[in-house]
Amino acid sequence: MAKLTLDDLRKLREEKQKLLEKRDPSNKDAQIIVGMGTCGIAAGAKDTFNAIIDELDARGITHVLVRQTGCMGSCHSEPTVEVVTPDMPSVIYGKVDSGTGKRIVDEHIVNKHMIDNHICDKPSMDIVSEPGK
Amino acid sequence: MAYKQYILVCGGTACESNQGIALFAALKKAVEENGLVNDVQVVRTGCLGFCEKGPIVKILPQDTFYVEVKPEDAEVIVKEHLVKGRVVSRLLYDKNQSKRNVGIEGIDFYQKQFRIVLRNCGVIDPDKIDEYIARDGYKALEKALFEMKPRDVIDEISKSGLRGRGGAGFPTGKKWEFAAVQPAGQKYMVCNADEGDPGAYMDRSTLEGDPHSILEAMTIAGYAIGADTGFIYIRAEYPLAIQRLETAIKQAREYGLLGKNILGSDFSFDIEIRLGAGAFVCGEETALLASIEGNRGMPSPRPPFPAVKGLWGRPTVINNVETLANIPVILLKGNLWFSKIGTASSKGTKVFALTGKINNSGLIEVPMGTTLREIIFDIGGGIRDGKAFKAAQTGGPSGGMIPPQFLDTPIDYENLSKIGSIMGSGGLIVMDEDDCIPDVTKFYLDFTVDESCGKCAPCRIGGRKLLNYLARICNGEGALEDIDQMLAISEAMSRASLCGLGQTASNPVQSSLRYFMDEYKEHIVDKKCRAGKCKNLLSYNINTEKCVGCTACARVCPVNAIAGERKQPHVIDAAKCIKCGQCFEVCKFNAVNRS
Ligand SMILES: Cc1cc2nc3c(=O)[nH]c(=O)nc-3n(C[C@H](O)[C@H](O)[C@H](O)COP(=O)(O)O)c2cc1C
Ligand code: SF4
Ligand code: SF4
Ligand code: FES
Repeated sequence: MAKLTLDDLRKLREEKQKLLEKRDPSNKDAQIIVGMGTCGIAAGAKDTFNAIIDELDARGITHVLVRQTGCMGSCHSEPTVEVVTPDMPSVIYGKVDSGTGKRIVDEHIVNKHMIDNHICDKPSMDIVSEPGK
Repeated sequence: MAYKQYILVCGGTACESNQGIALFAALKKAVEENGLVNDVQVVRTGCLGFCEKGPIVKILPQDTFYVEVKPEDAEVIVKEHLVKGRVVSRLLYDKNQSKRNVGIEGIDFYQKQFRIVLRNCGVIDPDKIDEYIARDGYKALEKALFEMKPRDVIDEISKSGLRGRGGAGFPTGKKWEFAAVQPAGQKYMVCNADEGDPGAYMDRSTLEGDPHSILEAMTIAGYAIGADTGFIYIRAEYPLAIQRLETAIKQAREYGLLGKNILGSDFSFDIEIRLGAGAFVCGEETALLASIEGNRGMPSPRPPFPAVKGLWGRPTVINNVETLANIPVILLKGNLWFSKIGTASSKGTKVFALTGKINNSGLIEVPMGTTLREIIFDIGGGIRDGKAFKAAQTGGPSGGMIPPQFLDTPIDYENLSKIGSIMGSGGLIVMDEDDCIPDVTKFYLDFTVDESCGKCAPCRIGGRKLLNYLARICNGEGALEDIDQMLAISEAMSRASLCGLGQTASNPVQSSLRYFMDEYKEHIVDKKCRAGKCKNLLSYNINTEKCVGCTACARVCPVNAIAGERKQPHVIDAAKCIKCGQCFEVCKFNAVNRS
């Protein structure tokens, strides 16, 4: 890639922003995002990552993008996996070993229901006072 | 078939033990009775981090958060909320805010407001520069290079009130200003990613999750002070962070965001990584610079400050990772936006690494001025196994212990120092009733004494002496006069040590003597350790009335100190006992006494 000028950078940003908004890189409408910081990897996030990809391949599912990201902050329940699909609220699962990774594909992606006992969520916004107000 | 709504029921220990199981069943039943089984899924979650107000129920996708829900409430939640779409305000945490709870926008607002430093962590793929760019990455650099003079950048940062997050809390704008006003010539920008506090990993996570934010901030700082070279000093024990930084630097160079004539401007800047060997003292700025120069990592007296005479004698700004992560956001959103967050003297947010006896250990980012109670009980989910909170240590091993009476103190630089602790870099260690204060203090001192570089006497000798006194007290050999000696040595160390390591090493001693004198006295006078941690102060014996002669203790005792026939009371031979405590743990009849 050649060095960018100011205009190039702005164009690139706009382009990528659209992709991010649509969450649709190359015809994929769902994402499984695996937390791969040191904490996640130490807890086995790499196995989880691979298990999810294998399971998707085995079932011939192509509309799901599997991505990595950094630490989400919930180190007590690593590995953590966020699932974003168009027809369900996004959720974060905690303590996802490779078996649970497979269940995410089977239950959440294919059968469209959430997995009992693995959701790892935060309280809502109204319990901590808002800053800047 | 997809569900339309979801009821999340907290299945954490605290909520489950508070009728949570019955609540789960009641909600399932109500959903069935109202004919919603195909539309609504009822799921159990892990602890939602708000145990004090449990049982907790959350409805998705509306993201309504109900607290203290009883099984009897199941019916109304289903009938009102799920069927009619009306929020049950009496079950909300803030009963007057029913409107805000319905919309999802409110939640986005909340999340973005709090995550300044960690804004991209857990959101973008750190190995992809395009994802960073898509989330307004390098836009602040654009603004600085093409719309602002170096002077304006410094003004913006000064006005925002940002203070260094590496420990000392020095105003960042002022530091940049010092270096900027030095005569033009070679200057350097250094990022301190040494992060030596045990239990702290905020900087590591930021670098791993969002490496480009640090590169962008360093480039902006370089532009502001007139530096063309930057160094990131990072410990070799952070291989993943180093790898992600290397990838990020390579990508930024390819895009022309680092290197000659950035984005076609006249400004050139490049960054190199320098690996540290993991000595705590090398996080101190003068020692760090010595280490980059290839010398032994030992502090030297200031002034001259690095901003005047730093690397190879040239003006150098050193900033912590977290400090830097704030910079692009401040430039984009403006100093006014930033200075509205936080308290009068401390602006913005602080990232903490929550560890110790807490349910939800992990990384959190909260506005300055949040109280310890909110952090530990609301966000951290409270103390593990329902034990009692004893103290929290901020600032890692060089911080102080904060006792329960200050749980409601808003946390900022000034308040922490008033109560004898420091902000430090953000390690926050929670202690419960099972922690012995003199023992924990000894643990921290052990660390700082080990890490002292030995250059100056107060730290080298004082630290060792403090440690000896603490060891004596924990062994039951302490005397009351020791306490006066410890106070005097602590005072001398904080005043006369050359660098921050020695100056702060006695903080745990001073604060624990201030707030937990009774525990020290118990160790010294009564020869007792209430937490059961100090082995020499413990003795084990078996209550012959309770003992049923199951032989469990005799079998686990590693030194065969327990004798007794099957079905007959057992006895411990105190002369043989090494006080390992295994018999105490294993006895199912509470027959083993520890005192
Ligand atoms: C013993 C000791 C260890 C330190 N370790 C670190 C560290 O790991 N990371 C850090 O950023 N600052 C550390 N500091 C503080 C630095 O000396 C310096 O104040 C800081 O990097 C300045 O950046 P800031 O103004 O952005 O906070 C340490 C200080 C002392 C005395
Ligand atoms: S205070 Fe301790 S670490 Fe700092 S220079 Fe003196 S001996 Fe070295
Ligand atoms: S404390 Fe340990 S050594 Fe002593 S009697 Fe019990 S098991 Fe044996
Ligand atoms: S157990 Fe339910 S909020 Fe912690």
